[in-house]
Amino acid sequence: MNQKSLTGVVLDERVEISLVELCDACSASVDWIVELVEEGVLRPGGQEQTRWRFSGACLLKARTATRLHHDLQINIAGVALALDLLAENEAMRRRLQRLEAEREP
Amino acid sequence: MDFKDYYDIMGLERKASQAEIKRAYRKLARKYHPDVSKEADAEARFKELGEAYAVLKDPEKRAAYDELGANWEAGQDFRPPPGWDAGFEFSGGGYSDGESAAHSDFFESLFGRGFSSAQSGGRHAGFQARGNDHHAKVMIDLEAAFKGATREITLRTPEVDNSGHVASSERTLTVKIPKGVRQGQRIRLSGQGSPGVGDAPAGDLYLEIEFSPHKVFRVEGRDVYFDLPITPWEAALGATVTAPTPGGPVELKIPAGTNSGRKLRLQKRGIPGTPPGDLYATLSITVPKADSDAAKQLYRQMEQQLDYNPRSTLGV
Repeated sequence: MNQKSLTGVVLDERVEISLVELCDACSASVDWIVELVEEGVLRPGGQEQTRWRFSGACLLKARTATRLHHDLQINIAGVALALDLLAENEAMRRRLQRLEAEREP
Repeated sequence: MDFKDYYDIMGLERKASQAEIKRAYRKLARKYHPDVSKEADAEARFKELGEAYAVLKDPEKRAAYDELGANWEAGQDFRPPPGWDAGFEFSGGGYSDGESAAHSDFFESLFGRGFSSAQSGGRHAGFQARGNDHHAKVMIDLEAAFKGATREITLRTPEVDNSGHVASSERTLTVKIPKGVRQGQRIRLSGQGSPGVGDAPAGDLYLEIEFSPHKVFRVEGRDVYFDLPITPWEAALGATVTAPTPGGPVELKIPAGTNSGRKLRLQKRGIPGTPPGDLYATLSITVPKADSDAAKQLYRQMEQQLDYNPRSTLGV
């Protein structure tokens, strides 16, 4: 039992992590992350690769992309498409939930 | 230990070809992949599928599994017959699907832990691997997003004891949920996943924030919505009414000539943050009952004196 109170990091737009940290958190190679950036899946701040800073949302996207690529053998373009559709799907699901609650108070 | 019917898990006949096995795996993997699927047990199904595929895609393991015979049924209490694997040679390690998942006791009784992921096995001297990440959902009330909260989270982790058995251990963490978290956001707790192998670091714990349904407020992103009932005279004449917000009641001005369905925005009264979300009140006019002579009289008076047809836009 560990009763010490832990404080985590909320993975939002305020989080900034480096390329190396991102690779570490995703168990992914630098090449793979660079590919994701080139495909437009990840949009880091900072100009050169050594100065790239990734947001919390980037970290989650990169992890999902890595899992989809590995588990379902989807190529990078497919991963990018799947991520877009998943995000759209999620936004619509939330909206639908809210609207349904509105109609049946 | 329960017998697992790997063919049944993959929806296949026992005589399925290797190509059919691959096709079935791909199809089910897309269906149950935890990042894609909305099924409640997706993660467990995906793991089970990975295990079934690990056996059936490998001709050696499949032949050994088939040797057990088709007489077993899923869920039946199972002990491997002595020497069941005589004549089969498994080339250890080396499958990638579901690699990071700990396999079932059933799998391990047949194929041993040598096939399991090196990450949890850790038997190779000098081998190093970062521990697995863990995921959990945390239900919080909307109020917790406004004030912050502390939550106790109980996690079950499979662990390997000295004799190589997998047992699940429980641990409880107390985690601070900071003010301003939003639905679906993840909190990362570094080093709170599975321990690493060798000198490698532990994995991380990812907590997904989910709001419990609230009887008044609905949340979408940073914004919060609720229905505010008003009277016909408040709607017609305008009024200042007391409205609830997650941060406490506020006075809200209803403009004259308001209709049902109109949304009033209360800026920055949504989920706190930079920038904070907004709070939207959807107005709904509720009609008092005509349950007394006086009330009936008032309605009749309106009928006679107000020239009003709500259906004029419908052409009737």
